[in-house]
Amino acid sequence: MANIEIDGRQVEVKDGSTVMDAARQLGIYIPHFCYHKKLSIAANCRMCLVQVEKAPKPLPACATPVTDGMKVFTQSESAIRAQKGVMEFLLINHPLDCPICDQGGECQLQDLAVGYGNAASRYHEEKRVVSNKELGPLIATDMTRCIQCTRCVRFGQEIGGIMELGQAGRGEHVEIMPFVERTVNSELSGNMIDLCPVGALTSKPFRYSARAWELTRRASVSPHDGLGANLAVQVKANRVYRVVPRENEDVNECWLSDKDRFSYEGLNSAQRLTQPMLKRHGEWQECDWQTALEYVANGLKRIRDDHGAAQIGALATPHSTLEELYLLQKFMRGIGSGNVDHRTRQSDFRLDAALQGAPWLGQSIVELQEVKSALVIGSTLRKDHPLLAQRLRQAVKAGAELSLVNPVDDDLLVSVANKLIVAPSNLVNALSQVLKALAELERTEVPTALAGISVTPAAAAIAASLSRGEKAAVLLGNLAQHHPRYSELHILAQEIARISGASLGVLGEAANSVGACLAGAVPYAGPLGRDAGTGMNAAEMLATPRLAYVLLNTEIELDSHDPQQAVRAMEQAELVVALSAYRHQALNYADVLLPVAPFTETFGTFVNTEGRAQSFNAVVKPQGEARPAWKVLRVLGNMFNLNGFGYNSAEEVRAEIIARGAMSLHEACNNQSRNIQLGDAAPAAVSGLQRIAEVPIYQADAVVRRADSLQRTVDGAAPGAVMNGVLLQQLQVEDGEMVVVRQGDGSTVMRARRDDALPLDCVRVAAGHPLTATLGPMFGEIVVEKA
Amino acid sequence: MANEVIFHSIHQPESWKLSSYLATGGYEMLKKVVTEKVPPEEIINQVKISALRGRGGAGFPTGLKWSFMPRHFQGDKYLVCNTDEGEPGTFKDRDIIRFNPHQLIEGMAIAAYTMGVKVGYNYIHGEIWEAYERFEEALEEARAAGFLGDNLFGTDFCFNLHAHQGYGAYVCGEETALLESIEGKKGQPRFKPPFPASFGLYGKPTTINNTETFASIPYIIRHGGQKFLELGKPNNGGTKIFSVSGHVNKPGNFEIGMGTPFAELLEMAGGVRSGHKLKAVIPGGSSVPVVPAEIMMDLTMDYDSIAKAGSMLGAGSVIVMDETVCMVKALERLSYFYFEESCGQCTPCREGTGWLYRVIHRIEHGQGRAEDLDLLANVTSNISGRTICALGDAAAMPVQGMLKHYRNEFEYHVEHKKCMV
Amino acid sequence: MLSPESLAKIDKEIAKYPAGQKQSAVMAALRIAQDELGWLSSDTLEFVAGYLGMAPVAVYEVASFYNMYELAPVGKYKITVCTNLSCTLMGADSISAHLKSRLGIGFGETTADGRFTLKEGECMGACGDGPLFLVNNKRMCGCLSSEKVDQILAELK
Ligand SMILES: Cc1cc2nc3c(=O)[nH]c(=O)nc-3n(C[C@H](O)[C@H](O)[C@H](O)COP(=O)(O)O)c2cc1C
Ligand code: SF4
Ligand code: FES
Repeated sequence: MANIEIDGRQVEVKDGSTVMDAARQLGIYIPHFCYHKKLSIAANCRMCLVQVEKAPKPLPACATPVTDGMKVFTQSESAIRAQKGVMEFLLINHPLDCPICDQGGECQLQDLAVGYGNAASRYHEEKRVVSNKELGPLIATDMTRCIQCTRCVRFGQEIGGIMELGQAGRGEHVEIMPFVERTVNSELSGNMIDLCPVGALTSKPFRYSARAWELTRRASVSPHDGLGANLAVQVKANRVYRVVPRENEDVNECWLSDKDRFSYEGLNSAQRLTQPMLKRHGEWQECDWQTALEYVANGLKRIRDDHGAAQIGALATPHSTLEELYLLQKFMRGIGSGNVDHRTRQSDFRLDAALQGAPWLGQSIVELQEVKSALVIGSTLRKDHPLLAQRLRQAVKAGAELSLVNPVDDDLLVSVANKLIVAPSNLVNALSQVLKALAELERTEVPTALAGISVTPAAAAIAASLSRGEKAAVLLGNLAQHHPRYSELHILAQEIARISGASLGVLGEAANSVGACLAGAVPYAGPLGRDAGTGMNAAEMLATPRLAYVLLNTEIELDSHDPQQAVRAMEQAELVVALSAYRHQALNYADVLLPVAPFTETFGTFVNTEGRAQSFNAVVKPQGEARPAWKVLRVLGNMFNLNGFGYNSAEEVRAEIIARGAMSLHEACNNQSRNIQLGDAAPAAVSGLQRIAEVPIYQADAVVRRADSLQRTVDGAAPGAVMNGVLLQQLQVEDGEMVVVRQGDGSTVMRARRDDALPLDCVRVAAGHPLTATLGPMFGEIVVEKA
Repeated sequence: MANEVIFHSIHQPESWKLSSYLATGGYEMLKKVVTEKVPPEEIINQVKISALRGRGGAGFPTGLKWSFMPRHFQGDKYLVCNTDEGEPGTFKDRDIIRFNPHQLIEGMAIAAYTMGVKVGYNYIHGEIWEAYERFEEALEEARAAGFLGDNLFGTDFCFNLHAHQGYGAYVCGEETALLESIEGKKGQPRFKPPFPASFGLYGKPTTINNTETFASIPYIIRHGGQKFLELGKPNNGGTKIFSVSGHVNKPGNFEIGMGTPFAELLEMAGGVRSGHKLKAVIPGGSSVPVVPAEIMMDLTMDYDSIAKAGSMLGAGSVIVMDETVCMVKALERLSYFYFEESCGQCTPCREGTGWLYRVIHRIEHGQGRAEDLDLLANVTSNISGRTICALGDAAAMPVQGMLKHYRNEFEYHVEHKKCMV
Repeated sequence: MLSPESLAKIDKEIAKYPAGQKQSAVMAALRIAQDELGWLSSDTLEFVAGYLGMAPVAVYEVASFYNMYELAPVGKYKITVCTNLSCTLMGADSISAHLKSRLGIGFGETTADGRFTLKEGECMGACGDGPLFLVNNKRMCGCLSSEKVDQILAELK
């Protein structure tokens, strides 16, 4: 520890701190541009020059280490003279176009220039002009305004894990630019907009739509991936104009993924459903709520009375709120049906009976960054959970070893120490190898089921890496959870974690995956794991079609494991009620569309993957006749005269689940399954080609699907049929050629793409995309032919 | 005392060959320290006694610098030689690697032994390709003869030395920019601290010295620090190579004792161009303040004497200007150089060097304004001492020096829109 | 993209640096590529990036930072004249003027026949030999006079 004095105030700081750190600790503001607490120190802007006793010249606070007894003056004449000098240099080549600059009103340069600049410029030479760069649909550029702080460049290198922007040239001619005409494609790119202290990088979707000072900031929580990023939603005239991060060190730090940031465009989509609709004699008609709800209540009652409540099923997305999911299951169980599930992309539910709680990350997000070794099973992590991937990236930078067992080998923008890239049918076998190697390494008994397994060097390396790590984590990703043998993958992962002393984590697919389980929106348990009788899981409800379905926020043709089967079930049903914020394909199979509010238009709670409950209020009023889904479900409950549906607010609903405080949620999270038994670990026999399906980052939920700018990014591009070059050759197809892809009785035409890292007998065809919504199961057999 | 330390073998045919070097006792000192296991402290002590100061420009005491290296640090450490001279007026290091490369290699190897370093690099200015190639050949010779490589002289001492070519960036002469450049990046200087001795090449402890500094080492080991010191004067030990260019009859490098009167050096360089009169001298490379003839003629060539006259010895690069030189024009060219060579990372240098150049360019082209001279002075004071590396100061100092001694020429330009010479 | 000879040269450069520090060879790799191809196209830069495992933009940063790399085609002979102070005092102006009139081009230009590009350079660390120029980054010609310039131009076919 060192004691130093800044502007006459004493402070004790950790060794190795800088003057800037110490000043921040005291709440003293030192002007700066290049310094950013999450980035490496560049010390290039020189705005933070301060006077240090005994130093012959002013020193940059951001880069000057403290020494015991140091005396710093941030406001002395010499400090201010230095700062003013730097400000003058920054302004000589900066355009004075604040009135038309999108950064106006929230520009660090503008703010500081008021305090440090001179009224009149002494610079009479020609100003520099820098050409703008086309960085893609998300980031607009005005490079003449750039002050070369290099925050954007450092962000890419250090946080995003990919250097897409550089500072080319030298001297006065330096320019921030991508390589030749490339765009910035990082899934975290929008953070560069926040980092840019001037108006050089601004939000393209937001551009020119409003001035910063007209917007009201409202707190919210992201409804997308399992992280639950904290948002500041910026609103004007009951419309969301922009989303920026709300800092929360424990969750998203000061970052947002592009999905969290730009998906708001989907809230203002022309496809918003703003009026209840009924299909009468094959024609869709708008109607009032009363009519629609009576129709629904009568329909459901009739089916229940004539055929039994078990003929009614409810399917929801885990992007719905805790309150909505809670009321959905309460309603369903109230009318006598246990058929409620949110796991529409899962296909293997054999583990349900053995689960002891809601599957979750198994540790806090902050702890994830501190692991020394991690094994990720089945996930392209940076696309599934961009900011969790970022945490692991930092862990690896700090020396952690990352291992991967996965069917695809995309660049995760982090160095992967060991990997086993195998076909989906070999995943169980691959994990069994790791377990066996680990058991041998740790000298515990090798389970008999694994006796015949031969261990590959990669599996042995993974085992060794886990057994070394003092803090290790085994993480089951989205792909693992969707896998047809998820139960075995889970059991193997659990055993690997047990033997190596690692924590076991299940990466919650969506913002409220954990919350959905806690709310009881699963057939095997009620709220907080309470016993709730039996019911059908998502797969059963679709495989054995029900007469009636209640769909909450789900576009079943995009959200299910087997869209072919799902749509068939919908088409066969007598009554399909879709609670949705959008007019979507349900128009083809539903009977009633009830317009419900997306997250920005309702109070709600999401429980993120680390079991953190985060509530939020509506930031705008519901569009048109849309209503919060919890209210709709409450009315339905009332129409059925169910007990306990007298809520006056969503907070009351929340209180019912979190009666004993948020801590109780954690107790209900548990990844350990009971009575585990290792099954046959031999690779499953497959004939033909296996499909590998992941959900593209910008197709994961209804809101982001309608965010136009994100759809225009590289990640938003139409998926292809991706294969190993050897397979392409066998099929006599060229990279880039169109192919017909068939599953069951569905087919689609896609572009063939080559990726030699894929296992030989596999075709990677994304799920969750309209282009593939006619196909079958995510990991089923698939046929590819020349188009 | 001329050519005592470095150019002692320059008269030999093919002086750069290993055989020539061996004929003058080359590599004997390396062999001695390595095989006799001379304690490193003793070597550092001799270097300290010699009062050898860094020949790269800053004049930092070499023995002291070496003592900063964490000697017992077990991991990788590096030794780097700075042959990136590219400051207008400098051209001595090129001649060292052209005519006596083995002495540099020997000096580096002794330094490596002293500081417990196994790998070294010599960073060579991009434009002197032929010298670079010759140095590569010398390295090959030294490796083949067992003066570089593993287990030298049958001991456990290993030292591998490689050449790294620059490719056109003056700023890479700045030692941390040079390290960045070896790491395969733009040559943008690093903020210090941390200093290279703790965080240098690839983040490892590193010592960087100038070519001439290293090349002086074998002499110090052979004759002792005291003898070297006595070649010069106290606190300014040894001989120094002075590179004389500009308006002299015989430009070139002259290795003479520190403290030699400037007048003698000028004479060695054949005196001022025939028929002309000395006007001014830039005594230490373009970055140091100009010194008018009258003052210069009374100075001796050493750090202390020149510092007293308000300038600096720098790398010993003496630019001689006769009375035909327009100081505004001369400064315009130098200011363009710093504007062109600024690495662009820090604000005062990136923005300030362009500003300086443009104003001086205007003055030179008859568009000066009365307030420009004060503006120039003020802009230089806003650059000096506020940048990451000393290039900012280097850009400011010539302007300040010119304004101090030749303000009248600038005023004349502003007023009459033309030159007075 | 590059000849086996060039790749062998690059490999030799890579070997100078510690394992895992291939990027250190980027300056040499670009020099070698430029020697073979005359200039550095974006394809070349991308190739070098791939060869050394660097981000292409990081290679671009390097190529655009150092003056001796050419990011656009140049003539068969690139003549870079040092015009810095020492050389100017020693007659660089008249050498430049002579070159310009002999070649019929100014600084930064290439002759119509694609044979010569003329460039203005900064200090080459050889001021004692001024005035001087550099041919194709390699051959330094010093102590120039108009006659000597003519002689050198005649050699450059
Ligand atoms: C802009 C700039 C250019 C420099 N150029 C050189 C150079 O060409 N050669 C050199 O040896 N030192 C140069 N230096 C000084 C080096 O940073 C460093 O001090 C020197 O190499 C240390 O060696 P020495 O102690 O032996 O002098 C330069 C410094 C600056 C700020
Ligand atoms: S002073 Fe100039 S050369 Fe040195 S780091 Fe700053 S911008 Fe670069
Ligand atoms: S904030 Fe310290 S130099 Fe930029």
